Amino acid sequence: MSKKKSSCVRYTKWGYIFLIPFFLVYTIFSLIPLISTIYNSFFENYMSGLNQIGPTFVGFDNYIKLFKEANILKYTWNTIIIWLLGFIPQIVVSLTLAAWFVDLRLKLKAKGFFKTVIYMPGLIMAAAFSMLFFSIFSDAGPVNDILMDLNIIDQPFRFLANVGGTRGLIALMNFLMWFGNTTIILMAGILGIDTSLFEAAEVDGARAFQIFRFITIPQLKPILVYVLITSLIGGLQMFDVPQILTNGRGLPNNTSMTLIMYLNKHLFSKNYGLGGALSVMLFTLTLALSLLVYRIFVKKEN
Amino acid sequence: MINKNDNGLLGLYIRRAFSYFVLIFLMILCLLPFYILIINSTRAHPDIQKGFSFLPGSYFVRNFKALLADKNLPVVKGTINSFIIAGLTALLTTYFSSITAYSVHVYDFKFKKVIYSFILMIMMVPTQVTSLGFIKLIRDMKMLNSYIPLIVPSIAAPIVVFFIKQYMDAVLPLEIVEAARIDGSHEFKTFNKIVLPILKPAIAVQIIFAFTNSWNNYFIPALVLTDKDKKTLPILIAQLRSADFLKFDMGKVYMMIALSIFPIVIVYMFLSRQIVGGVAMGSVKG
Repeated sequence: MSKKKSSCVRYTKWGYIFLIPFFLVYTIFSLIPLISTIYNSFFENYMSGLNQIGPTFVGFDNYIKLFKEANILKYTWNTIIIWLLGFIPQIVVSLTLAAWFVDLRLKLKAKGFFKTVIYMPGLIMAAAFSMLFFSIFSDAGPVNDILMDLNIIDQPFRFLANVGGTRGLIALMNFLMWFGNTTIILMAGILGIDTSLFEAAEVDGARAFQIFRFITIPQLKPILVYVLITSLIGGLQMFDVPQILTNGRGLPNNTSMTLIMYLNKHLFSKNYGLGGALSVMLFTLTLALSLLVYRIFVKKEN
Repeated sequence: MINKNDNGLLGLYIRRAFSYFVLIFLMILCLLPFYILIINSTRAHPDIQKGFSFLPGSYFVRNFKALLADKNLPVVKGTINSFIIAGLTALLTTYFSSITAYSVHVYDFKFKKVIYSFILMIMMVPTQVTSLGFIKLIRDMKMLNSYIPLIVPSIAAPIVVFFIKQYMDAVLPLEIVEAARIDGSHEFKTFNKIVLPILKPAIAVQIIFAFTNSWNNYFIPALVLTDKDKKTLPILIAQLRSADFLKFDMGKVYMMIALSIFPIVIVYMFLSRQIVGGVAMGSVKG
């Protein structure tokens, strides 16, 4: 008996040893930076020309400054509106495609091929994708050439000189990069629904749309919430696409400047106080959203 | 009755035709940008300026050579740098995530539940929000322009741990580990020789995802790497974007984009089934 117990302890030791790399690296490269970010957010610390200002402890001044001087609400609004412009079509299209792909009566052919094609943009380097869109939507680019050849427009449409054009292009890229992924997740979710529910509905003579509306959607709710929250977390991080498309300037007139682009500016100019305050706000927001996702996982396990 | 059936059948045909129409439209939307990219990377700058053509040109090799010859844009070095960083990241992240997941899966210790819950809770917190502290730390450690801060942090990847743990729940019964123990296998050896081969399908998918993520990563590398010869492809693309665009040879620009995108696209063409399957596998627990 005692021998068995000691051998059990001997194995347990390895459980701890195998966790060391993860927690060591996490502590050094994530936890310490997090603490340092929070610490820095309470100090005034930046370069004014060649002069170093601070670091001086200023309490919550950076947070107040963020709202009073830094247009933070405008950048938040930009981020949210661009995210929504991409997310709304994404969820509508993905839900529709997922329902079609699993519809047994519809019997679509080449499903595997379509799935492969729509998932592909999600693996592409966002920076390169954005550079590609910048090139093909430029004033003398292929899209304007094609539109003029087809006599749809007489003069080149200046996508990037236009608020709607720029935001629309960013949203279009986000849509293309994510709708395939969302379709696959929702499909897996629909396939996980108890088939007897669908059978019962068919016996009762429900139409395809009624089944979708009254069985698929309610059963899919946890996964829809999961998709919504993870997409929002991703949306708050939006950076590569607008950064490359507008060369980091958020043109026209800061209407496509996202929160992380603004943070990136402070990281390059070494304004640690303001950058820190912005980081802490974003951290709090994403952590809260992550906890919501965590609750969905825990609910499913039970 | 027959009439009603006919109506139903007609409705089905219409729905099917509509579905194919939408799918083909979306397919064109997904592929057209890449088609334009391929075409324009084979055309000369003056031709590209003149207007778009749906047929390829004959400048592919010349554009490629012109890109490699550009002294301000060290593309060959950038590609090698990207390969080194992404390759090592993919290997480290999958190996150590497997061992972390294994620890939670097999062993029974006091804080096991707390530890796994912690990993799930931090799973979605993005690196950007701690990047300020991260970059200050890297500066203090004198590791700017080193690849260590881009590779080593991937050892702690909560999402990969979660994926592999999910897979273990499905395929790795504890009896296998116990049988190995009875045979006198050392715990570390059991993991390397018996468990890792069982995890191969999941690890293969995760290696591809990790490689792709690192290959595409722009935000953190752009803060860490400032030496011209250390830069990775996304940073060079950003540099290309900030250069005076009008003076640029567009054939070269398209070639540069193609070079950054196609390694991933080629891998995807061969392994798309496993990759798409991997997305579905990890996302939802059945």
